[in-house]
Amino acid sequence: MLLAGCGGKESSGTIMVTGSSTVAPVVADAAKEYEASHPGVRIEVQSGGSLRGITDASTGVADLGMISRALKQDETAKLTAHTLAMDGVCVVLHQDNPVKQLDRQQLIDIYTKTITNWKEVGGNNATIVVANKAEGRSTLEVFLHYLGLDNADVKADVIVGENLHVIHSVVGNPHTIGYVSIGTASAEEKAGTPIRLVITDGKTPTMESVKDGSFPITRPLNIVTGAETSPAAQAFLDYLMSTEIHGIVEKHFFVPVR
Amino acid sequence: MASSRNTSLSRSVDRVTGGVLGLLALVSGGMVLLILWHLFAGAWPAIEAGRLGAFFTDAKWQPGSQRDPQFGIVTMLAGSALVTLLAVVLALPVGLASAIFHRFYAPPLLERWNRRIMELLIGVPSVVFGFWGLMVVVPAILRIAPGTPGQSLLAGGIVLALMILPLIALTSQAALQAVPSFLLQAAAGLGLGRARTILSIALPAARGGITTGVFLGLARALGETMAVVLVCGNIPQIPDSLFDPIRPITSTIALEMGYATASHKALLFCAGLVLMLCTALLVGWISFRKNTADSAIGGA
Repeated sequence: MLLAGCGGKESSGTIMVTGSSTVAPVVADAAKEYEASHPGVRIEVQSGGSLRGITDASTGVADLGMISRALKQDETAKLTAHTLAMDGVCVVLHQDNPVKQLDRQQLIDIYTKTITNWKEVGGNNATIVVANKAEGRSTLEVFLHYLGLDNADVKADVIVGENLHVIHSVVGNPHTIGYVSIGTASAEEKAGTPIRLVITDGKTPTMESVKDGSFPITRPLNIVTGAETSPAAQAFLDYLMSTEIHGIVEKHFFVPVR
Repeated sequence: MASSRNTSLSRSVDRVTGGVLGLLALVSGGMVLLILWHLFAGAWPAIEAGRLGAFFTDAKWQPGSQRDPQFGIVTMLAGSALVTLLAVVLALPVGLASAIFHRFYAPPLLERWNRRIMELLIGVPSVVFGFWGLMVVVPAILRIAPGTPGQSLLAGGIVLALMILPLIALTSQAALQAVPSFLLQAAAGLGLGRARTILSIALPAARGGITTGVFLGLARALGETMAVVLVCGNIPQIPDSLFDPIRPITSTIALEMGYATASHKALLFCAGLVLMLCTALLVGWISFRKNTADSAIGGA
Protein backbone atom coordinates (compact mmCIF):
# COMPACT_ATOMS: atom_id res chain seq x y z
CA MET A 1 0.00 0.00 0.00
CA LEU A 2 2.68 2.42 1.08
CA LEU A 3 4.98 1.40 -1.72
CA ALA A 4 2.28 2.09 -4.28
CA GLY A 5 2.28 5.71 -3.20
CA CYS A 6 5.97 6.00 -3.83
CA GLY A 7 7.33 7.81 -6.86
CA GLY A 8 9.44 6.31 -9.65
CA LYS A 9 11.12 2.95 -9.12
CA GLU A 10 14.52 4.44 -9.96
CA SER A 11 14.54 6.42 -6.71
CA SER A 12 14.48 3.43 -4.33
CA GLY A 13 17.45 1.68 -2.71
CA THR A 14 20.19 2.52 -0.26
CA ILE A 15 22.28 5.65 -0.66
CA MET A 16 25.64 5.85 1.10
CA VAL A 17 26.94 9.30 2.09
CA THR A 18 30.27 9.67 3.93
CA GLY A 19 32.75 12.40 4.81
CA SER A 20 33.12 15.65 6.76
CA SER A 21 31.79 15.72 10.32
CA THR A 22 30.85 19.38 9.78
CA VAL A 23 28.54 18.57 6.86
CA ALA A 24 27.20 15.25 8.17
CA PRO A 25 24.60 16.62 10.64
CA VAL A 26 22.95 18.70 7.87
CA VAL A 27 22.83 15.79 5.44
CA ALA A 28 21.61 13.45 8.20
CA ASP A 29 18.68 15.80 8.96
CA ALA A 30 17.94 16.23 5.26
CA ALA A 31 18.09 12.44 4.84
CA LYS A 32 15.46 11.95 7.57
CA GLU A 33 13.07 14.31 5.77
CA TYR A 34 13.82 12.72 2.43
CA GLU A 35 13.27 9.17 3.71
CA ALA A 36 9.94 10.21 5.20
CA SER A 37 8.69 11.45 1.82
CA HIS A 38 10.35 8.66 -0.19
CA PRO A 39 9.51 5.29 1.36
CA GLY A 40 11.81 2.57 0.07
CA VAL A 41 14.83 4.84 0.07
CA ARG A 42 17.38 4.34 2.84
CA ILE A 43 20.15 6.87 3.31
CA GLU A 44 23.17 6.01 5.39
CA VAL A 45 25.23 9.00 6.58
CA GLN A 46 28.66 8.35 8.11
CA SER A 47 31.16 10.99 9.18
CA GLY A 48 34.92 10.50 9.10
CA GLY A 49 36.47 13.67 7.77
CA SER A 50 36.58 15.38 4.39
CA LEU A 51 39.33 13.09 3.22
CA ARG A 52 37.10 10.09 3.72
CA GLY A 53 34.46 11.84 1.63
CA ILE A 54 37.01 12.34 -1.16
CA THR A 55 38.30 8.77 -0.98
CA ASP A 56 34.89 7.08 -0.71
CA ALA A 57 33.34 9.13 -3.51
CA SER A 58 36.23 8.53 -5.92
CA THR A 59 36.44 4.78 -5.20
CA GLY A 60 32.67 4.38 -5.33
CA VAL A 61 32.42 3.12 -1.72
CA ALA A 62 29.99 5.98 -1.15
CA ASP A 63 27.42 7.40 -3.58
CA LEU A 64 28.01 10.92 -2.31
CA GLY A 65 30.96 12.39 -0.42
CA MET A 66 30.81 15.32 2.00
CA ILE A 67 33.70 17.80 2.26
CA SER A 68 33.94 21.02 4.23
CA ARG A 69 36.22 22.82 1.78
CA ALA A 70 36.64 23.45 -1.95
CA LEU A 71 38.05 20.67 -4.13
CA LYS A 72 41.79 20.86 -4.69
CA GLN A 73 43.26 21.08 -8.19
CA ASP A 74 44.26 17.41 -8.36
CA GLU A 75 40.89 16.27 -7.07
CA THR A 76 38.77 17.98 -9.73
CA ALA A 77 39.76 15.42 -12.36
CA LYS A 78 37.86 12.62 -10.62
CA LEU A 79 35.21 14.50 -8.65
CA THR A 80 32.57 17.16 -9.09
CA ALA A 81 31.64 19.49 -6.23
CA HIS A 82 28.08 20.64 -5.54
CA THR A 83 27.94 23.42 -2.98
CA LEU A 84 25.42 22.72 -0.24
CA ALA A 85 26.05 25.76 1.95
CA MET A 86 28.68 28.26 3.08
CA ASP A 87 30.38 28.26 6.46
CA GLY A 88 32.91 30.49 8.13
CA VAL A 89 35.70 29.69 10.56
CA CYS A 90 35.88 32.05 13.51
CA VAL A 91 38.11 32.57 16.51
CA VAL A 92 36.53 31.78 19.88
CA LEU A 93 37.47 33.04 23.34
CA HIS A 94 35.99 32.61 26.81
CA GLN A 95 33.29 35.12 27.75
CA ASP A 96 35.46 36.27 30.68
CA ASN A 97 38.23 37.25 28.27
CA PRO A 98 37.79 41.00 27.60
CA VAL A 99 39.35 40.82 24.10
CA LYS A 100 36.58 41.42 21.58
CA GLN A 101 38.44 41.69 18.29
CA LEU A 102 41.66 40.62 16.62
CA ASP A 103 43.09 41.28 13.18
CA ARG A 104 44.96 38.92 10.88
CA GLN A 105 48.44 40.11 11.93
CA GLN A 106 47.60 39.71 15.62
CA LEU A 107 46.34 36.18 14.96
CA ILE A 108 49.56 35.36 13.07
CA ASP A 109 51.61 36.70 15.99
CA ILE A 110 49.56 34.75 18.53
CA TYR A 111 49.72 31.48 16.60
CA THR A 112 53.50 31.81 16.08
CA LYS A 113 54.08 32.91 19.70
CA THR A 114 55.39 36.38 18.81
CA ILE A 115 52.61 37.62 21.07
CA THR A 116 52.32 35.48 24.19
CA ASN A 117 50.36 37.63 26.66
CA TRP A 118 46.76 38.77 26.39
CA LYS A 119 47.70 42.29 27.54
CA GLU A 120 49.56 42.82 24.24
CA VAL A 121 46.23 42.69 22.40
CA GLY A 122 44.20 44.63 24.96
CA GLY A 123 43.36 41.84 27.37
CA ASN A 124 44.30 40.84 30.91
CA ASN A 125 47.82 40.10 32.04
CA ALA A 126 47.75 36.36 31.34
CA THR A 127 49.66 33.91 29.17
CA ILE A 128 47.84 33.01 25.98
CA VAL A 129 47.07 29.31 25.58
CA VAL A 130 47.03 28.51 21.86
CA ALA A 131 44.72 25.71 20.75
CA ASN A 132 45.35 24.31 17.28
CA LYS A 133 43.49 21.62 15.38
CA ALA A 134 44.92 18.19 14.63
CA GLU A 135 46.45 17.45 11.24
CA GLY A 136 44.15 16.86 8.31
CA ARG A 137 41.07 18.82 9.48
CA SER A 138 39.68 21.23 6.92
CA THR A 139 39.11 23.85 9.63
CA LEU A 140 42.88 23.82 10.15
CA GLU A 141 43.56 24.12 6.42
CA VAL A 142 41.10 26.98 5.99
CA PHE A 143 42.43 28.87 9.02
CA LEU A 144 46.11 28.42 8.10
CA HIS A 145 45.36 29.43 4.52
CA TYR A 146 43.83 32.66 5.81
CA LEU A 147 46.86 33.34 8.01
CA GLY A 148 49.28 32.28 5.29
CA LEU A 149 51.07 29.91 7.66
CA ASP A 150 52.43 26.40 7.35
CA ASN A 151 51.43 24.08 10.20
CA ALA A 152 55.11 23.79 11.14
CA ASP A 153 55.09 27.55 11.92
CA VAL A 154 52.30 27.22 14.46
CA LYS A 155 53.44 26.91 18.06
CA ALA A 156 50.46 25.43 19.88
CA ASP A 157 49.97 24.65 23.57
CA VAL A 158 47.07 22.30 22.99
CA ILE A 159 46.09 20.24 19.95
CA VAL A 160 42.45 19.25 19.68
CA GLY A 161 40.26 17.26 17.34
CA GLU A 162 36.57 17.96 17.09
CA ASN A 163 34.95 21.42 17.09
CA LEU A 164 33.35 20.67 20.45
CA HIS A 165 36.72 19.72 21.93
CA VAL A 166 37.94 23.24 21.03
CA ILE A 167 34.90 24.79 22.72
CA HIS A 168 35.38 22.70 25.87
CA SER A 169 39.08 23.60 25.98
CA VAL A 170 38.16 27.30 25.90
CA VAL A 171 35.49 26.82 28.57
CA GLY A 172 37.89 24.79 30.74
CA ASN A 173 40.70 27.35 30.48
CA PRO A 174 39.57 31.00 29.98
CA HIS A 175 42.98 32.04 28.59
CA THR A 176 42.65 29.73 25.60
CA ILE A 177 42.26 30.90 22.01
CA GLY A 178 40.79 28.48 19.49
CA TYR A 179 38.98 28.46 16.16
CA VAL A 180 35.92 26.53 15.02
CA SER A 181 33.17 26.51 12.44
CA ILE A 182 30.91 29.55 12.88
CA GLY A 183 27.97 27.13 12.76
CA THR A 184 29.24 25.22 15.79
CA ALA A 185 30.25 28.37 17.67
CA SER A 186 26.89 30.10 17.14
CA ALA A 187 24.96 27.02 18.21
CA GLU A 188 27.05 26.71 21.39
CA GLU A 189 26.81 30.40 22.18
CA LYS A 190 23.05 30.25 21.74
CA ALA A 191 22.91 27.23 24.06
CA GLY A 192 24.50 29.33 26.81
CA THR A 193 28.09 28.04 26.64
CA PRO A 194 30.34 30.87 27.95
CA ILE A 195 32.21 31.60 24.72
CA ARG A 196 32.58 34.66 22.49
CA LEU A 197 32.89 34.75 18.72
CA VAL A 198 35.71 37.21 18.03
CA ILE A 199 35.41 40.06 15.54
CA THR A 200 38.08 39.37 12.91
CA ASP A 201 39.55 42.12 10.70
CA GLY A 202 36.65 44.32 11.84
CA LYS A 203 34.04 41.82 10.63
CA THR A 204 31.61 40.15 13.01
CA PRO A 205 31.29 36.40 12.40
CA THR A 206 27.61 35.95 11.63
CA MET A 207 25.58 34.11 9.04
CA GLU A 208 24.99 37.47 7.31
CA SER A 209 28.67 38.35 6.97
CA VAL A 210 29.37 34.87 5.64
CA LYS A 211 26.48 35.21 3.20
CA ASP A 212 27.57 38.57 1.76
CA GLY A 213 31.19 37.38 1.61
CA SER A 214 32.53 40.14 3.85
CA PHE A 215 33.75 37.76 6.57
CA PRO A 216 37.39 36.95 5.77
CA ILE A 217 37.49 33.22 6.62
CA THR A 218 34.83 31.29 4.74
CA ARG A 219 34.59 27.92 3.08
CA PRO A 220 32.06 26.04 0.99
CA LEU A 221 30.43 22.89 2.33
CA ASN A 222 30.32 20.56 -0.65
CA ILE A 223 28.75 17.33 -1.75
CA VAL A 224 31.06 15.55 -4.19
CA THR A 225 30.20 12.95 -6.79
CA GLY A 226 32.46 10.54 -8.67
CA ALA A 227 32.33 9.43 -12.29
CA GLU A 228 28.95 7.71 -11.97
CA THR A 229 25.98 8.58 -9.81
CA SER A 230 23.09 6.18 -9.37
CA PRO A 231 19.62 7.57 -10.16
CA ALA A 232 18.64 7.25 -6.49
CA ALA A 233 21.71 9.19 -5.35
CA GLN A 234 21.13 11.79 -8.07
CA ALA A 235 17.55 12.31 -6.87
CA PHE A 236 18.76 12.84 -3.29
CA LEU A 237 21.49 15.18 -4.55
CA ASP A 238 18.85 17.21 -6.42
CA TYR A 239 16.90 17.45 -3.17
CA LEU A 240 20.03 18.66 -1.31
CA MET A 241 20.60 21.29 -3.99
CA SER A 242 16.99 22.52 -3.85
CA THR A 243 15.64 25.38 -1.76
CA GLU A 244 13.66 22.84 0.30
CA ILE A 245 16.54 22.24 2.70
CA HIS A 246 17.20 25.92 3.53
CA GLY A 247 15.45 25.49 6.87
CA ILE A 248 17.71 22.56 7.80
CA VAL A 249 20.86 24.41 6.67
CA GLU A 250 19.96 27.46 8.74
CA LYS A 251 19.04 25.35 11.74
CA HIS A 252 22.68 24.26 11.79
CA PHE A 253 23.84 27.90 11.50
CA PHE A 254 25.19 27.52 7.97
CA VAL A 255 24.34 29.78 5.04
CA PRO A 256 22.22 28.46 2.15
CA VAL A 257 23.65 29.30 -1.25
CA ARG A 258 20.55 29.35 -3.45
CA MET B 1 24.86 -52.74 29.02
CA ALA B 2 23.00 -49.59 29.93
CA SER B 3 25.88 -48.16 31.84
CA SER B 4 28.38 -48.81 29.04
CA ARG B 5 26.09 -47.07 26.57
CA ASN B 6 25.98 -44.13 28.97
CA THR B 7 29.74 -43.94 29.15
CA SER B 8 30.16 -44.05 25.41
CA LEU B 9 27.45 -41.39 25.07
CA SER B 10 29.12 -39.15 27.62
CA ARG B 11 32.42 -39.78 25.91
CA SER B 12 31.10 -38.56 22.56
CA VAL B 13 29.44 -35.58 24.27
CA ASP B 14 32.83 -34.84 25.76
CA ARG B 15 34.43 -35.04 22.37
CA VAL B 16 31.89 -32.67 20.81
CA THR B 17 32.15 -30.21 23.70
CA GLY B 18 35.91 -30.31 23.53
CA GLY B 19 35.82 -29.69 19.78
CA VAL B 20 33.41 -26.76 20.06
CA LEU B 21 35.34 -25.16 22.90
CA GLY B 22 38.59 -25.66 21.03
CA LEU B 23 37.12 -24.01 17.96
CA LEU B 24 35.90 -21.02 19.98
CA ALA B 25 39.30 -20.67 21.64
CA LEU B 26 40.87 -20.78 18.20
CA VAL B 27 38.52 -18.02 17.01
CA SER B 28 39.43 -15.69 19.89
CA GLY B 29 43.13 -16.37 19.43
CA GLY B 30 42.74 -15.98 15.67
CA MET B 31 41.13 -12.58 16.14
CA VAL B 32 44.35 -11.22 17.61
CA LEU B 33 46.30 -12.62 14.69
CA LEU B 34 43.79 -11.09 12.26
CA ILE B 35 44.16 -7.68 13.91
CA LEU B 36 47.94 -8.01 13.82
CA TRP B 37 47.81 -8.98 10.17
CA HIS B 38 45.55 -6.00 9.41
CA LEU B 39 47.91 -3.65 11.25
CA PHE B 40 50.87 -5.10 9.44
CA ALA B 41 49.17 -4.83 6.04
CA GLY B 42 48.28 -1.19 6.77
CA ALA B 43 51.81 -0.45 7.87
CA TRP B 44 53.48 -2.30 5.00
CA PRO B 45 53.67 0.61 2.50
CA ALA B 46 55.71 2.59 5.02
CA ILE B 47 57.90 -0.36 5.97
CA GLU B 48 58.49 -1.22 2.30
CA ALA B 49 59.44 2.37 1.49
CA GLY B 50 62.00 2.19 4.29
CA ARG B 51 60.37 5.02 6.22
CA LEU B 52 60.47 3.29 9.58
CA GLY B 53 63.87 4.87 10.14
CA ALA B 54 62.29 8.34 10.09
CA PHE B 55 60.24 7.18 13.09
CA PHE B 56 63.33 7.27 15.26
CA THR B 57 65.57 9.79 13.49
CA ASP B 58 63.11 12.65 12.87
CA ALA B 59 62.91 14.99 15.85
CA LYS B 60 59.32 16.13 15.41
CA TRP B 61 55.92 14.85 14.35
CA GLN B 62 54.43 17.21 11.76
CA PRO B 63 53.11 15.01 8.95
CA GLY B 64 50.86 17.72 7.51
CA SER B 65 53.53 20.35 7.00
CA GLN B 66 54.08 21.26 3.34
CA ARG B 67 57.48 22.79 3.98
CA ASP B 68 59.07 20.34 6.37
CA PRO B 69 57.16 17.10 6.95
CA GLN B 70 58.62 15.09 9.84
CA PHE B 71 57.59 11.74 11.27
CA GLY B 72 59.45 11.29 14.54
CA ILE B 73 57.66 9.02 16.99
CA VAL B 74 60.10 9.26 19.92
CA THR B 75 58.27 12.14 21.62
CA MET B 76 55.05 10.16 21.50
CA LEU B 77 56.64 6.98 22.84
CA ALA B 78 57.94 9.09 25.70
CA GLY B 79 54.47 10.61 26.14
CA SER B 80 52.85 7.18 26.32
CA ALA B 81 55.48 5.88 28.74
CA LEU B 82 55.40 8.92 31.04
CA VAL B 83 51.63 9.22 31.33
CA THR B 84 51.31 5.46 31.92
CA LEU B 85 53.98 5.42 34.62
CA LEU B 86 52.50 8.49 36.31
CA ALA B 87 49.09 6.83 36.35
CA VAL B 88 50.48 3.72 38.05
CA VAL B 89 52.51 5.78 40.54
CA LEU B 90 49.32 7.64 41.49
CA ALA B 91 46.99 4.64 41.45
CA LEU B 92 49.16 2.05 43.21
CA PRO B 93 49.23 3.56 46.74
CA VAL B 94 45.51 4.33 46.66
CA GLY B 95 44.58 0.95 45.17
CA LEU B 96 46.78 -0.91 47.64
CA ALA B 97 45.41 1.09 50.58
CA SER B 98 41.90 0.34 49.41
CA ALA B 99 42.69 -3.38 49.16
CA ILE B 100 44.29 -3.51 52.61
CA PHE B 101 41.38 -1.63 54.14
CA HIS B 102 38.99 -3.95 52.38
CA ARG B 103 40.76 -7.11 53.60
CA PHE B 104 41.78 -6.20 57.14
CA TYR B 105 39.88 -3.19 58.45
CA ALA B 106 36.50 -2.69 56.74
CA PRO B 107 33.31 -3.84 58.47
CA PRO B 108 31.37 -6.25 56.18
CA LEU B 109 28.82 -3.69 54.99
CA LEU B 110 31.48 -1.17 53.99
CA GLU B 111 33.54 -3.95 52.45
CA ARG B 112 30.68 -4.92 50.14
CA TRP B 113 30.04 -1.31 49.09
CA ASN B 114 33.71 -0.59 48.55
CA ARG B 115 33.87 -3.53 46.17
CA ARG B 116 30.70 -2.51 44.34
CA ILE B 117 31.95 1.04 43.82
CA MET B 118 35.24 -0.25 42.45
CA GLU B 119 33.36 -2.50 40.03
CA LEU B 120 31.18 0.43 39.00
CA LEU B 121 34.31 2.51 38.36
CA ILE B 122 35.48 -0.14 35.88
CA GLY B 123 32.26 0.28 33.90
CA VAL B 124 32.47 4.07 33.46
CA PRO B 125 33.03 4.80 29.73
CA SER B 126 36.42 6.35 29.05
CA VAL B 127 34.94 9.33 27.21
CA VAL B 128 33.10 10.21 30.44
CA PHE B 129 36.39 10.10 32.34
CA GLY B 130 37.94 12.32 29.67
CA PHE B 131 35.14 14.85 29.73
CA TRP B 132 35.20 14.93 33.53
CA GLY B 133 38.96 15.47 33.33
CA LEU B 134 38.53 18.37 30.93
CA MET B 135 35.82 20.05 33.01
CA VAL B 136 37.10 19.33 36.56
CA VAL B 137 40.74 18.19 36.64
CA VAL B 138 42.06 20.73 34.10
CA PRO B 139 40.54 23.79 35.88
CA ALA B 140 41.85 22.43 39.21
CA ILE B 141 45.36 22.20 37.73
CA LEU B 142 44.99 25.76 36.45
CA ARG B 143 44.36 26.91 40.00
CA ILE B 144 47.60 25.27 41.15
CA ALA B 145 49.62 26.36 38.12
CA PRO B 146 48.13 29.45 36.47
CA GLY B 147 49.60 30.34 33.09
CA THR B 148 49.97 26.72 31.99
CA PRO B 149 47.67 25.14 29.38
CA GLY B 150 46.06 22.91 32.01
CA GLN B 151 45.73 20.02 29.57
CA SER B 152 48.91 18.24 30.54
CA LEU B 153 50.88 15.17 31.55
CA LEU B 154 49.51 15.61 35.07
CA ALA B 155 45.88 15.81 33.91
CA GLY B 156 46.37 12.68 31.81
CA GLY B 157 48.07 10.87 34.69
CA ILE B 158 45.27 11.69 37.13
CA VAL B 159 42.48 10.62 34.76
CA LEU B 160 44.28 7.40 33.80
CA ALA B 161 45.05 6.69 37.47
CA LEU B 162 41.34 6.79 38.23
CA MET B 163 40.66 4.42 35.36
CA ILE B 164 43.19 1.79 36.43
CA LEU B 165 42.58 2.25 40.17
CA PRO B 166 39.80 -0.37 40.36
CA LEU B 167 41.92 -2.83 38.37
CA ILE B 168 44.80 -2.53 40.85
CA ALA B 169 42.51 -2.45 43.89
CA LEU B 170 40.48 -5.52 42.87
CA THR B 171 43.49 -7.67 41.89
CA SER B 172 45.27 -6.65 45.12
CA GLN B 173 42.15 -7.54 47.10
CA ALA B 174 42.01 -10.95 45.46
CA ALA B 175 45.72 -11.47 46.11
CA LEU B 176 45.38 -10.52 49.79
CA GLN B 177 42.31 -12.73 50.09
CA ALA B 178 44.35 -15.64 48.77
CA VAL B 179 47.07 -15.32 51.41
CA PRO B 180 46.87 -18.66 53.29
CA SER B 181 45.17 -18.20 56.66
CA PHE B 182 47.79 -20.32 58.45
CA LEU B 183 50.32 -17.56 57.72
CA LEU B 184 48.10 -14.96 59.36
CA GLN B 185 47.31 -17.28 62.27
CA ALA B 186 50.99 -17.94 62.77
CA ALA B 187 51.64 -14.20 62.81
CA ALA B 188 48.90 -13.77 65.42
CA GLY B 189 50.42 -16.65 67.37
CA LEU B 190 53.76 -14.83 67.41
CA GLY B 191 51.97 -11.83 68.88
CA LEU B 192 52.43 -9.56 65.85
CA GLY B 193 50.13 -6.55 65.61
CA ARG B 194 47.83 -6.05 62.67
CA ALA B 195 50.01 -3.42 60.96
CA ARG B 196 53.12 -5.60 61.32
CA THR B 197 51.23 -8.64 60.00
CA ILE B 198 50.10 -6.71 56.93
CA LEU B 199 53.51 -5.24 56.17
CA SER B 200 55.69 -8.25 56.87
CA ILE B 201 53.43 -11.23 56.13
CA ALA B 202 50.39 -10.41 53.97
CA LEU B 203 51.89 -7.95 51.48
CA PRO B 204 55.01 -10.02 50.71
CA ALA B 205 52.86 -13.14 50.32
CA ALA B 206 50.48 -11.29 47.96
CA ARG B 207 53.27 -9.61 45.99
CA GLY B 208 52.82 -11.73 42.86
CA GLY B 209 49.12 -10.93 42.53
CA ILE B 210 49.63 -7.24 43.24
CA THR B 211 52.37 -7.02 40.61
CA THR B 212 50.10 -8.69 38.07
CA GLY B 213 47.48 -6.04 38.84
CA VAL B 214 50.04 -3.29 38.28
CA PHE B 215 51.05 -4.74 34.93
CA LEU B 216 47.44 -5.10 33.84
CA GLY B 217 46.98 -1.45 34.83
CA LEU B 218 50.05 -0.50 32.79
CA ALA B 219 48.70 -2.33 29.73
CA ARG B 220 45.28 -0.71 30.14
CA ALA B 221 46.74 2.78 30.56
CA LEU B 222 49.06 2.33 27.60
CA GLY B 223 46.17 1.52 25.28
CA GLU B 224 43.67 4.05 26.62
CA THR B 225 42.64 6.61 24.01
CA MET B 226 39.44 8.60 24.42
CA ALA B 227 40.20 9.91 27.90
CA VAL B 228 43.80 10.94 27.21
CA VAL B 229 43.00 12.64 23.93
CA LEU B 230 40.74 15.04 25.82
CA VAL B 231 43.09 15.98 28.66
CA CYS B 232 46.72 15.54 27.57
CA GLY B 233 47.00 18.60 25.31
CA ASN B 234 48.37 16.40 22.50
CA ILE B 235 51.57 18.36 21.80
CA PRO B 236 54.23 15.91 20.61
CA GLN B 237 57.12 16.94 22.85
CA ILE B 238 59.26 15.72 25.74
CA PRO B 239 57.75 17.55 28.71
CA ASP B 240 59.88 19.67 31.04
CA SER B 241 57.40 19.42 33.88
CA LEU B 242 54.19 17.72 34.96
CA PHE B 243 52.28 20.75 33.68
CA ASP B 244 53.46 20.46 30.07
CA PRO B 245 51.19 18.88 27.46
CA ILE B 246 52.22 15.54 25.98
CA ARG B 247 50.94 13.32 23.21
CA PRO B 248 50.65 9.56 23.64
CA ILE B 249 50.67 7.32 20.55
CA THR B 250 47.00 6.44 20.97
CA SER B 251 46.05 10.14 20.80
CA THR B 252 47.88 10.53 17.52
CA ILE B 253 46.09 7.57 15.98
CA ALA B 254 42.70 8.77 17.20
CA LEU B 255 43.25 12.37 16.09
CA GLU B 256 44.74 11.70 12.68
CA MET B 257 43.61 8.30 11.38
CA GLY B 258 40.31 9.50 9.93
CA TYR B 259 42.02 12.39 8.21
CA ALA B 260 45.26 10.90 6.96
CA THR B 261 46.37 10.46 3.35
CA ALA B 262 48.03 7.30 2.08
CA SER B 263 51.63 7.51 3.35
CA HIS B 264 50.67 9.31 6.57
CA LYS B 265 48.09 6.60 7.20
CA ALA B 266 50.67 3.83 6.75
CA LEU B 267 52.86 5.55 9.35
CA LEU B 268 49.92 5.69 11.77
CA PHE B 269 49.50 1.93 11.28
CA CYS B 270 53.20 1.57 12.06
CA ALA B 271 52.67 3.54 15.25
CA GLY B 272 49.82 1.18 16.12
CA LEU B 273 52.11 -1.77 15.47
CA VAL B 274 54.76 -0.32 17.78
CA LEU B 275 52.13 0.16 20.49
CA MET B 276 50.87 -3.40 20.03
CA LEU B 277 54.46 -4.61 20.38
CA CYS B 278 54.82 -2.71 23.67
CA THR B 279 51.59 -4.24 24.99
CA ALA B 280 52.71 -7.69 23.84
CA LEU B 281 55.99 -7.25 25.74
CA LEU B 282 54.06 -6.24 28.86
CA VAL B 283 51.73 -9.24 28.61
CA GLY B 284 54.71 -11.50 27.91
CA TRP B 285 56.41 -10.15 31.01
CA ILE B 286 53.29 -10.81 33.10
CA SER B 287 53.11 -14.47 32.05
CA PHE B 288 56.87 -14.89 32.43
CA ARG B 289 56.62 -13.56 35.99
CA LYS B 290 53.65 -15.78 36.72
CA ASN B 291 55.51 -18.86 35.54
CA THR B 292 58.60 -18.14 37.63
CA ALA B 293 56.42 -17.26 40.65
CA ASP B 294 54.46 -20.52 40.25
CA SER B 295 57.61 -22.62 39.99
CA ALA B 296 59.05 -20.82 43.02
CA ILE B 297 56.00 -21.80 45.06
CA GLY B 298 56.14 -25.31 43.65
CA GLY B 299 59.78 -25.58 44.71
CA ALA B 300 59.10 -24.37 48.23
